[in-house]
Amino acid sequence: MNIHIKGGRVVDPATGLDRTTDLFVADGRIAALGRPPAGFGAARTIEATGLTVCPGLVDLSVRLREPGFEYKATLDSEMAAAAAGGVTSLACPPDTDPPLDEPGLVEMLKHRAKSLNRTRVYPVGALTQGLKGERITEMAQLAEAGCVAFSQTDAPLVDTRVLHRALQYATTFGYPVWLRPQDPHLSHGGVAHDGQVATRLGLPPVPAVAETLALSAILLLVRETGARVHLCRLSAADSVDMVRQAKAMGLPITCDVSVNHVHLSEMDIGFFDANCHLVPPLRSLRDRDALRHGLADGTIDAICSDHTPVDDDAKQLPFGESAAGATGVELLLPLALKWAEEVRLPLVKALARVTSDATRVLGVEGGRIEPGGRADLCIFDPEASYRVEPAMLRSQGRNTPFLGYELKGRALYTLVDGQIVFEAGATSEVVSGEQ
Amino acid sequence: MKTRVPDAESLLAALIEQMRPAVPADTGMIGIHTGGVWVAQRLHRALGLTAPLGTIDVAFYRDDYGSRGLSPKVRPSDIPFDVTDRDIVLVDDVLYTGRTIRAAINELFDYGRPGRVRLAALVDRGGRQLPIAPQFVGSTLEVADGELVVLSRAEDGRLSLSVQARVGAGA
Amino acid sequence: MLAANPQLSAHGELRHLLTIEGLPRETILQILDTATSFVSVTERDVKKVPLLRGKSVFNLFFEPSTRTRTTFEIAAKRLSADVINLNVGASSQSKGETLLDTVANLSAMHADMFVVRHAQSGAAHLIARHVAPNIHVINAGDGRHAHPTQALLDMFTIRHYKSEFSGLRVAIIGDVLHSRVARSQIHALTTLGVPEVRVIGPRTLLPSEVSRLGVHVFHDMRQGLKDVDVVMMLRLQTERMSGALLPSAQEFFKNYGLNADKLAVARPDAIVMHPGPMNRGVEIDSTVADGGQSVILPQVTFGIAVRMAVMSIVAGNP
Repeated sequence: MNIHIKGGRVVDPATGLDRTTDLFVADGRIAALGRPPAGFGAARTIEATGLTVCPGLVDLSVRLREPGFEYKATLDSEMAAAAAGGVTSLACPPDTDPPLDEPGLVEMLKHRAKSLNRTRVYPVGALTQGLKGERITEMAQLAEAGCVAFSQTDAPLVDTRVLHRALQYATTFGYPVWLRPQDPHLSHGGVAHDGQVATRLGLPPVPAVAETLALSAILLLVRETGARVHLCRLSAADSVDMVRQAKAMGLPITCDVSVNHVHLSEMDIGFFDANCHLVPPLRSLRDRDALRHGLADGTIDAICSDHTPVDDDAKQLPFGESAAGATGVELLLPLALKWAEEVRLPLVKALARVTSDATRVLGVEGGRIEPGGRADLCIFDPEASYRVEPAMLRSQGRNTPFLGYELKGRALYTLVDGQIVFEAGATSEVVSGEQ
Repeated sequence: MKTRVPDAESLLAALIEQMRPAVPADTGMIGIHTGGVWVAQRLHRALGLTAPLGTIDVAFYRDDYGSRGLSPKVRPSDIPFDVTDRDIVLVDDVLYTGRTIRAAINELFDYGRPGRVRLAALVDRGGRQLPIAPQFVGSTLEVADGELVVLSRAEDGRLSLSVQARVGAGA
Repeated sequence: MLAANPQLSAHGELRHLLTIEGLPRETILQILDTATSFVSVTERDVKKVPLLRGKSVFNLFFEPSTRTRTTFEIAAKRLSADVINLNVGASSQSKGETLLDTVANLSAMHADMFVVRHAQSGAAHLIARHVAPNIHVINAGDGRHAHPTQALLDMFTIRHYKSEFSGLRVAIIGDVLHSRVARSQIHALTTLGVPEVRVIGPRTLLPSEVSRLGVHVFHDMRQGLKDVDVVMMLRLQTERMSGALLPSAQEFFKNYGLNADKLAVARPDAIVMHPGPMNRGVEIDSTVADGGQSVILPQVTFGIAVRMAVMSIVAGNP
């Protein structure tokens, strides 16, 4: 379908473009900017005056909960949530049930996602079989099935020999390895940052050194093996410093932070709010500020939602017993905008953290607006403001620590391959379903 | 027309005169906090009673706990004599609905089984809601429903009465 | 998002007792003053008052405890309440019933008050957020977080022997890291204006940033006990040895156990307290526990009056 997006502020971090202009989509590609290509007849015109047009958002961590955790959420609901949030590409972690350690499972996931036709799904495969941290997976076959990287997610990898060898093996083929720096012993049993809040509330602590100790081990192994490692979900100020130094030394690393850690701290736990029970835990204000600035100066490459829908029952438990995690793919856009405003970063630079930079981490094409490139777009109203309420969330998980927050920035149209996969206010969810 | 407020010291004198012939020396006297204790202290000394003075705080026996909760200022009750078979006089400053006395009697019976219980009040303002009657009264006093009769004690121990408007709705 | 303090009503009245933290000083003093009146009740023949007549108090103990449960039971019965004891650990939890389901079922049986002990910090808060408006929750100990009635009876004991809180030096000794009693005691002491509150213990048993709670930290017990008026010992759980927190009970006793020798460093009229049950020879030796400065048994007696005060104040507020 030919689409004419008229009069929007087009922002493309990859090229530095920030201009009010028209955009023309044809055959699933961006046909032209500014003036229509010869013979272009729009089947649909989207009035984008006052709206911002950017590349579709790329979210590096969205748990879709299939297979295995359908009572928490399904592919259908979570991809609908992603599309409503302006997210056109997402990476899903391998900690499904069973974990994504076999090519068949990966193919099935990709197939299901494709048939729902909403968002691109890039599976991250398991680094070890069953995520048990003992035997490495058939990475080549998993990559062939569609995995873009390999990860242990939160599952502990205690045996440093296994970690070393997994990195060496991955390097053989040039596969990126995504690792969460978390020492399993130091974080064992802990549910909150080892600081004044955990002390007052009597919550078992996770010291920051649980992250930095594991991080230093990973960085040394990266230096040793030359592996391309992406560090997931930094939470501590010291980690940002270590990454900055490592990058200055030329190590091939990237890293991300979640929207939760950019905005919140241990203080938000309040009277044991289980929606603030996260892994890694929310740390001190000083840590939060270091993460915000690290993201601003590019030390941290991307911001993701770390979308983890949890059923209500699992949150209606005492803090330490509750399931960790927050839902949030549909809040990635407004929370990224909020961060950009607070650190006074121009939009064209800030959006890189959810578009071009995130795409670079994924190692796929896209994340930019250029004629001939795929038409993955997000058209949003930067001034639309609303209160985060459970009823407005499309995800099956209502567990967000941002409940009651007033946020600004709402996706109105989301396009993948030139198709409108989400349109705000449409009577039915557009272009979904198995056809 | 303002209600004429009697002089507390005169009422006290009248009360002592009533009680002197009728209250034996070994009577157990118990004042009800707070005003009743002030009055009882004066009576106890004037009548020369031999058993030490008892005091009672009815907070734990009130019938309005359900609607008003526990009083924020509760004082310990102290009855330093054996209640069982004893002749007791309860003393209160202002007798009104009779509910305080009902509570005091209930509390008293948790200390033992008295031989006889009588009631002395400095002022009886009527308005009884229970079948309670005093044996000794300083004076009756007619007061409007929206008004409170309050006993005060000066630094030198002088007692005085005043009539004040009730704050908020009636109890 | 930060919610309102669930233990206070909109008008600042105490409707639940979940933690000492955030309790106004006047409220703590009101509880202590009310408890004084209940002490005189416990000293007469008829030890009951009719305040909670017709009310049902459910002791919901997810963590077993005979002594605390018994004192709450005695306190409730002396207020003329009906008491039902539930050792929930055994039955419904193992059948997979959630905490909130258990509470909802019991509420349907016309419970007026829950006295809750649970192994997880925050359990009492969770219950208080979900009970119907006229049901009151008293925290009898949640994980490492709080044990407010223990701290209140400790404050009552201190006031009984020392009259004033201003001008006191108080030391809390032992496993502060895992102690809900210690956290509640620290909040109570600082709220009541005790000018010097000390914690004494090895680094492995003191929580991070504990000084932010308003205490001075000592690792040397003799230095920490110097000129102290009140010595508050904490129970050491023997499981701590296996967690690499301590090498042995013997070494702990050598450095942090209270004996006559170390006690002599404190003021001669210092009182010795312990929340019980005591591990004789681990945190305290018998001569001190049974000696003239020990007020450990009076603590138990005062505990009943203090709990009567807490229950009657809370149950009377909307």
